[in-house]
Amino acid sequence: MTQPHILMCPPDFYGIEYEINAWMHRERPSDRAVAREQWLALQSLLIEAGARVSTMAPVAGLPDLVFTANAALIYRDRAILAHFRHPERQGEEALDEQWLAAGGFRVEQPPEGCFFEGAGDALFCGDTLFAGYRLRSDARGHQQIGARLGRRVIPLELVDPYYYHLDTCFCPLAPGQAIYYPAAFDQYAEAVLKELVPELIEVSRNEAQRFACNAVVVGRAVVTNTGCPELHRALAARGFQPRETPLDEFVKSGGSAKCLTLRLDGEDAASWRGEPAGVDAA
Amino acid sequence: MSIDTERPADTAAAVEEVEIRGHIIDSLILPKVLDLITSLGGSFRIKQIAIGQARSDPSYALVEVQADSDGRLAEILRQIGDHGAVPTVFQDCHLVPADMDAAFPEGFYSSTNQRTEVRLAGRWIEVTDQEMDCGVTVAADRTSARCLPMTDVRRGDLLVVGHAGVRVFPQERTTQRHLFEFMGSSVSTEKPKGIAIREIAGELARTRAAGGRTLLVGGPAIVHTGSAGHICQMIRDGYIDLLFAGNALATHDIEQSLFGTSLGVHMSQGTAAEAGHEHHLRAINRIRRAGGIASAVERGVLTSGIMYECVRNRVDFLLAGSIRDDGPLPEVITDVLEAQRQMRERIRDVTFALMIATALHSIAVGNLLPAWVKVVCVDINPSTVIKLGDRGSFQTVGLVTDVEPFLRALVQELQAIEQA
Repeated sequence: MTQPHILMCPPDFYGIEYEINAWMHRERPSDRAVAREQWLALQSLLIEAGARVSTMAPVAGLPDLVFTANAALIYRDRAILAHFRHPERQGEEALDEQWLAAGGFRVEQPPEGCFFEGAGDALFCGDTLFAGYRLRSDARGHQQIGARLGRRVIPLELVDPYYYHLDTCFCPLAPGQAIYYPAAFDQYAEAVLKELVPELIEVSRNEAQRFACNAVVVGRAVVTNTGCPELHRALAARGFQPRETPLDEFVKSGGSAKCLTLRLDGEDAASWRGEPAGVDAA
Repeated sequence: MSIDTERPADTAAAVEEVEIRGHIIDSLILPKVLDLITSLGGSFRIKQIAIGQARSDPSYALVEVQADSDGRLAEILRQIGDHGAVPTVFQDCHLVPADMDAAFPEGFYSSTNQRTEVRLAGRWIEVTDQEMDCGVTVAADRTSARCLPMTDVRRGDLLVVGHAGVRVFPQERTTQRHLFEFMGSSVSTEKPKGIAIREIAGELARTRAAGGRTLLVGGPAIVHTGSAGHICQMIRDGYIDLLFAGNALATHDIEQSLFGTSLGVHMSQGTAAEAGHEHHLRAINRIRRAGGIASAVERGVLTSGIMYECVRNRVDFLLAGSIRDDGPLPEVITDVLEAQRQMRERIRDVTFALMIATALHSIAVGNLLPAWVKVVCVDINPSTVIKLGDRGSFQTVGLVTDVEPFLRALVQELQAIEQA
């Protein structure tokens, strides 16, 4: 098994410069020094958990470039690039493409005419790609990506503006096992998750607001923001090693641990990770 | 597989076809889209569905979305679009001006008798004068479209070419239980006729009560078999609004009125009259001398029979000629194209057609009628009934039977309805 590999972007130019989700308020700015401290602490925790962290260069005027989860969907050596719904973030697309191409990925454009916000809205659990839509990404685009990859794609409708990306309310831990916050989904999506993911760990409203679901999984380690004790107990009871680190400066922007990372070698929960290349779903 | 909601497609004002692809079953996207359509006041019909076999195989559904207005349809399409349901057709129909009179441009769209719409400037427009084997012409202002027979084409007319931007709504079984459902379209000499005749009587009564129009297409066997009286009764009782026939039905009807014979055979005795074979010619001659059927009735020359009742009861009739006609009677239209043109004009508001004992006229009229007009075809010869049924409409019912007992029973059923 290869070493877990994560892409991050230092928060040199991070800040609340616009409001494109329910969390962002310009009158509640982030403290850049504290943000830097929190980001470095997260990076250390991930390295400690066994990951290799690569970074991309931050760019002035693109404060959300720190949220690398949205850069692309990674599938083996393929990277399906994002096309952001908000023009404020569309400037990131060319930089993501540049970095991923230089990093050896076969870079692909997102489905034409569709918004698609990368791993923020598309997470493998087992051999199935779960995909959030309505608030940021388009259902039609997800279906086209599924066809491209030859994988089952399950679009899940997100209904709560505070949980606008799938990775803010759903986190696969292992094949058949995930964390989720039910109120973020419509009833069909909730029914589908219950049907398709045998072991769902439900997160309370309070901990969901602490971005409990926005966790980074590295092997058995699960890294979250602080303030998620119930989830951490549930994870520990299942043999995981929960870790916490304060990320409040990023929560102000509607992001947390997971949003700040892009797993480049395939998530632990993705069944195709570690399969020899060329082995695809039957 | 086809799932129908209550409303049949032909009553919805606004319709659009959408397709949904992907893992639409596992993800409940398909049920969600269908639920949304219904909860937004629309209805749907799944026209095609293909379900993936392996877990990674995507599924596909082609869904017709129906709503009672363009506005509601647009709202439904907007909302289901968010879940990945996209309209299949964005193309307008392709129009080519006719380059000569009386012929279509090559590649013209050939019409069916089913309800049809063409897309013009992004909007679906219903084609009027629906008729099989025509072209479709669009008005110069591009706000309306109608079926156009080949001979009526004029240079410069805008004709639809190809199938893009054209959609057809096949006539389907409606949910109401009636004769047409009971009978289906198969033809058999061995079906119980009593029930069918009762249903036909019911249909005639309903048509009369609802202000619809019943067309009778009849052949001379009605007169030869001694059934003219039954038709006269139906005309007097207001069950027939329009009669299409040829020279023969009118001629033998008048022959019977004037001489008591049909093709020279005494109707009362069944024996051949002396020089009876001349009767029909003498009858035609007398009507020609009188200046026509209506004029003969006015002058008291013609005092009974089907044609007499038509004139007296103001039932419009059209007599179309053929190559073997004697005479013919002055009202007979001998130019077949002109006859077709006039038939087209007059069938527009017909809602029910009863075709009795004539292969020629039944098939001619069957070709002109849109598929949604209910048709009953009665003939002793199964091939007539089958040929008409082959128009492919669920709404055509065939009865293979002798005409006289059929009409006698029909009149009895109608009287029973009146007395009830």
